[in-house]
Amino acid sequence: MTFEPVLIGFTCNWCSYRAADLAGTSRTKYPPNIRLVRLMCSGRLDPTFVLKALAEGADGVLITGCHPGECHYLEQNYKALRRYHLLRRTLQSLGIEAERVKLVWASASEGLQLAEAIRQFTEEIRALGPLRWNARPELRSEDAPLEAVP
Amino acid sequence: MSKPKFSMYWGASCGGCDIAVLNIHEKILEVDETFEIVLWPVAVDAKYADVEALPDGDITLTLFNGGIRNEENEHMARLLRRKSQILVAFGSCASEGCVPALANLYPRERLFETVYAGPTTENPEGRRPLERAAVPEGELHLPKFYPTLRTLDEVVEVDYIIPGCPPESHQIAAVLDVVFAALRGEAELPPKGSVLGAGISTVCEECPRKRDVKKIRAFRRIQDGPADPEICLLEQGILCAGPATRDGCGALCPLAGAACIGCYGPSEGVVDYGARLMSAVASVIDSRDPEEIERILDGIPDPAGAFYRFNLAGSLLRRGR
Repeated sequence: MTFEPVLIGFTCNWCSYRAADLAGTSRTKYPPNIRLVRLMCSGRLDPTFVLKALAEGADGVLITGCHPGECHYLEQNYKALRRYHLLRRTLQSLGIEAERVKLVWASASEGLQLAEAIRQFTEEIRALGPLRWNARPELRSEDAPLEAVP
Repeated sequence: MSKPKFSMYWGASCGGCDIAVLNIHEKILEVDETFEIVLWPVAVDAKYADVEALPDGDITLTLFNGGIRNEENEHMARLLRRKSQILVAFGSCASEGCVPALANLYPRERLFETVYAGPTTENPEGRRPLERAAVPEGELHLPKFYPTLRTLDEVVEVDYIIPGCPPESHQIAAVLDVVFAALRGEAELPPKGSVLGAGISTVCEECPRKRDVKKIRAFRRIQDGPADPEICLLEQGILCAGPATRDGCGALCPLAGAACIGCYGPSEGVVDYGARLMSAVASVIDSRDPEEIERILDGIPDPAGAFYRFNLAGSLLRRGR
């Protein structure tokens, strides 16, 4: 069976959500692996959302927002940028590939660019393989094989 | 009329919680006066079989400290749940995993390697614990060591949480006073699921240090010299967990010039402790340049340990990989 990545994408109401909308209305194709969630701003992205997505079965999370300097709320996308860098380090330190979380800037007119970024991210996660955190047997102690104990 | 029954038990923990309870000074006499202590390994002699023989729900109050690391911990958690009217996840280990849960960063085999073949272990024959061993007298059993440490509430239903590593003794005494009053019919117990012996805000709320504008260009660690005695530690670039951590301790660590390390667990409403702390810390980094941000973040050498020191088992991911 081929692996189809499950991806969650967080979009900003003012730019990347509209870019995704533009991609749709202009019939630009991008992989259906991604499920987009609209936020008011990338600065609203609590790292909790990313961790919850990963913990509940997502293989990758795409964070999108307005280009630097173009935030509707002046500078909240810089906060998203800093949280993204810190979150990647923490994930790495927990043994999860940092590449499973990616930040992409897309303005409202960049439907084509966003579609391309989604396509690229889907292929990157496909190459990385499944995460499927919620299916890990060691999270349910009663399922852990006894013989694994030395 | 016989006295109501009390038990206290430890799973994967250090024993500090038990000491914190003993540390309530003369109030411990009131515990003894009010309750019949049926199980408390650190203080009284009782056997598991004595507890197994009790009718279900016969113990009024059980304080359970420690996480669920092995089969014995789980057996006792289920047993004490069945026998107790009120089961309290007592302390950080039982409620969120605490430091023992940092072992969740490694597979079980790595843990055995460290403990039984590490540089501080004399074990030339490479012996490892066996779950079952045949000896002339019969078969011996050791409890199964689970691959992941779980919190108490992942295994059984918990009535209350008392946070802290360990909970502050004056907070324990205050909670016991409520229980004593409720037993006398003079007070109502708080709603089930409540966090007791703590506040609903953050350590920053209790911290008297001066707060101004938080803008960090570099993180400092304790070896980089003493902190300014009056200014907010986070503003000085010291990774202080105050903004994510529940109040209740009286901001003891920041008052002593040391960063809050988060032992009172997530403040009210926080889903993932580490995510909340990461969010707060990232917000105050004073840079818009990805490369510079990375350079500043180099000042946090162990992110998993820094953001999940007490909370890995209670976090959304619950373990590392």
